[in-house]
Amino acid sequence: MALDDRKSDFTFVGTRPNRPDGLDKVTGRAKFGADISAPGMLHGAVLRSPHAHARIVKIDASRAEAHNDVKAVVTRADFADVPFKPGLEGEFWNVLENVMAGEKALYDGHAVAAVAATSALAARDALKLIEVEYEVLPHVTDVDKAMASDAPIIREGAADYSVPEGMHPNVVRYHESGHGDVEAGFAEADLVIEDSFVTEATHQGYIEPHACLGMLGNDGKGELWCTTQGHWIAQKTCAALLGIETSQLRVTASEIGGGFGGKTTVFIEPVALALSRKANRPVKIVMTRSEVFRATGPTSSASMDVKIGMKTDGTISAAQGVFRLQGGAFPGAPGDMTAMCAFAPYNLTNVKQIGYDVMSNRPKQAAYRAPGAPMGAFAVESVIDELCNKLGLDPVDVRLKNAAHEGTKASYGPTYERIGLVETLEAAKAHPHYAAPLKPGQGRGISCGFWFNHGGETSVSLALSEDGSAQLMVGTPDIGGSRASMALMAAEVLGIAYENIRVTVADTATLGYNDVSHGSRVTYASGLATIKAAKHAVEKLCERAAAKWGIPVDAVKWEDGCAVPSGPNAGDFDPMPLADITADMGSTGGPISGHFEATPEGAGVSFGTHIVDAEVDPETGKTSITRYTVIQDAGKAIHPTYVEGQFQGGAAQGIGWALNEEYIYGEDGRLQNSIFLDYRIPVASDLPMIDTVIVEVPNPGHPFGVRGVGETGIVPPLAAIANAVSNAAGVRMKQLPMSPPRILAALKDNG
Amino acid sequence: MDYHSPASFAEASALAANATGITRFLAGGTDVLVQLRSELVTPDTLIDIKKINGVHDITRNADGSWTLGVATTGAEMSEHPDLGKDWPGVVEAMDLIGSTQVQGRATLTGNLCNGSPAADSVPAMVAAGVTVTVTGPDGTREIAVEDIPTGPGKISLAKGEVVSAVNIPARGENAGDAYLRFIPRTEMDIAVVGVGVSLRLDGDTITEARVSLGAIAPTVLLVEDCAKALVGSKLDDAALDALAAAASAACNPIDDKRGTIAFRTEVAGVLAKRAAKIAYARAKGENA
Repeated sequence: MALDDRKSDFTFVGTRPNRPDGLDKVTGRAKFGADISAPGMLHGAVLRSPHAHARIVKIDASRAEAHNDVKAVVTRADFADVPFKPGLEGEFWNVLENVMAGEKALYDGHAVAAVAATSALAARDALKLIEVEYEVLPHVTDVDKAMASDAPIIREGAADYSVPEGMHPNVVRYHESGHGDVEAGFAEADLVIEDSFVTEATHQGYIEPHACLGMLGNDGKGELWCTTQGHWIAQKTCAALLGIETSQLRVTASEIGGGFGGKTTVFIEPVALALSRKANRPVKIVMTRSEVFRATGPTSSASMDVKIGMKTDGTISAAQGVFRLQGGAFPGAPGDMTAMCAFAPYNLTNVKQIGYDVMSNRPKQAAYRAPGAPMGAFAVESVIDELCNKLGLDPVDVRLKNAAHEGTKASYGPTYERIGLVETLEAAKAHPHYAAPLKPGQGRGISCGFWFNHGGETSVSLALSEDGSAQLMVGTPDIGGSRASMALMAAEVLGIAYENIRVTVADTATLGYNDVSHGSRVTYASGLATIKAAKHAVEKLCERAAAKWGIPVDAVKWEDGCAVPSGPNAGDFDPMPLADITADMGSTGGPISGHFEATPEGAGVSFGTHIVDAEVDPETGKTSITRYTVIQDAGKAIHPTYVEGQFQGGAAQGIGWALNEEYIYGEDGRLQNSIFLDYRIPVASDLPMIDTVIVEVPNPGHPFGVRGVGETGIVPPLAAIANAVSNAAGVRMKQLPMSPPRILAALKDNG
Repeated sequence: MDYHSPASFAEASALAANATGITRFLAGGTDVLVQLRSELVTPDTLIDIKKINGVHDITRNADGSWTLGVATTGAEMSEHPDLGKDWPGVVEAMDLIGSTQVQGRATLTGNLCNGSPAADSVPAMVAAGVTVTVTGPDGTREIAVEDIPTGPGKISLAKGEVVSAVNIPARGENAGDAYLRFIPRTEMDIAVVGVGVSLRLDGDTITEARVSLGAIAPTVLLVEDCAKALVGSKLDDAALDALAAAASAACNPIDDKRGTIAFRTEVAGVLAKRAAKIAYARAKGENA
């Protein structure tokens, strides 16, 4: 949706005021998922499978039900009978099967029953009174093994139309795209490198565990409070799973302590509502950290083969990739996204990519920042780095030579509009970091990264108060400082101070459907809707001023927070400030509000380039990241501090994923490291200061030029760090995480 | 669950001796309470020894030795003006455990009696020659730290016995100690390998040495062959290589989520060399 009224000089946008939710958060006043209770509230707890794959023969909950403290027990029979359909079409069925197992437990930690009791301790103890008889089945947790002909079948008939004949039933979706003739391209190359890469599943690692409070009556009317990235999807999904009308369930999003994609679906919410309906009391459930690791959605693990041909001048003549992603016991692993993003930064004549979505006995994967893209970038950018090393070419120059630009036919199909990849590469080349000398034992790595960005359904309302302040209601939970950005954009249009605008994340009863806070869409889509809603209010303000002055409305314009005559011929009137108009609005036509809703489609793709220095201890294989610079196109940074925060956050999570984070499964298919002690996210002292450079190549699809920035920042790190580590160690690292035992083993193998 | 807070070690011992089921002593609680919450160990009897007089005292005895109360925390050890000058390795090992908050609760005694082969303070204590006083139904006895752990999560104390003091020897002249551990991160982690070294010099020559390895066997080990590699040397390259070889040879580790057999065996030698160099420099009065 191209817009012709894009603004380029700003009063409020681009400044760095404090976030409106800051004081609440530092004083503990902010209410997160677990910070709520209700009169008569019960506490829920979930019984989870200790097996990776098992038939549920029998569940006997009679001893639990007979206990005094227990007010309800639910199993699968207490949910709506959502019919099974193959693939993603059956997503409600998949979610239901995930939140409460049916015939089989499909992974270690899969929910099989739940209780509501008078205290959290009583609920936990009551779980021990439920007897479940399992018939343990063979399991598989590795993506390559899950595709092999002898792999246990997770579920027959889950594959959709896209899967070629003859593949194992665990392969449930297939993607193939590209253009040109890769074989001809490889024949033209002076050097072809083909290699295989593996990444392990990682968790988003949000500090706040899932938590909710549900109330549902037998009349089908309910209320739900939960920590979520999208309360409308929670509303829609819970209603479907419980067999009630969507509009009868009102959902309020709490403050959120991190999501990164992992809180875009439901886990405990339908369970709390089912327990509440049975007990006729409010039910609160708070997950433990171990439950978060075992039973929410980590990212996919991946196994990948990449082949790239290059000429001696650095031109890529052909590129090909096969990306196999394991997404747990349900369809949904983003093999298609991995394939489509892998070569997206480059202007290629010949390119082909294939993606597989594979099921295994692991928890259902959920989105994690640019889902699927970081793994593909790791494989592709590692091979490009190796080609640069072998041909003696500068890694930034080679990327510049092949960089996509406006008019390039993207590897995944469309033709790019104005994009900023070249600008990020030029900024990298000019950055002091790129020219800084390295010490012995250190290596430098470069990588580019791409993410699509998303628009999505969006509805925003703005209401002016008598005193000239404004309240803005958005439907996208604030996961990265978006309330500050919304207030800045509204201030820019209305011409009133940032501090005079209160932004609220409204509940599902207040606005129309809003898509989840994902796809880096909030500043783009809710921002666009905020601007439009504020302009809608401005139109009404101008009408009131025109009526007061007795001149036509088209003779009034809005400037710096005031109605003014549009020219000398319109009449000689002093500017009329917003507060003067709202002061008597009750008697001049009633409340003044603005509203906008749409599904904007001009999100604008996003690119970044990262520079990393790593130092490897050759005696222990331990890696330190000594310097890190993120360069990314933000289109227009509304609140630069929070843009930088997104850049740094992506790099920090990427460092964890590259070096130490991984899901470790035992031979028994059970997760071995379901606590933060053994699931090693970086601690503060593991990270260097992460430098940032904001590149601004305006997005033609947004009135102020915004491109989403939340996700692209996690795409380059895996590859950039792997390149830095490989260059420091003198041996190519092809498996993540690059933990010290793996690096030390690679050094030994290399002699 | 029964909770007791006795006023003396004799009373604590009697409570433990007469208890049935699972008994745990509660000092800092940084293991006991975590295991309780995660349902790994739910004690039937919990005996809180923090309210016994003197359990937070750090005392330097007339002969230069030290006596530490069993509830003395890592923070109290780090903040003590003199303890770290005598035994920097022991104090630093304790200080590596957990977060600032955990340091306000965690104790040497708890770290020892939790029985983990990866306990950071234990190799440092073994290298330092630390003993503990144990109070039991038949009175008190003194046991070397290396004789307490018997396997992962298991210790040699009998039913009714409780550690009632930690005894650190006098440091004496021309001596130094050090503890190093390997973790993949920079803090807040559990040792994949830990090495404690304590040395005494005559001039530049090592006359006494104790080397202890952690996380490479079912218990923390005191490795005689490592000491032999050092004694009589001036910590030249040959001695360091012999030390590393002896350390690696002593390893009997497992493959697990925290590290591999090959990695632990290799890195034990690397850390032994590095720790020995620090201890040697300290023995010479250098800052290290």
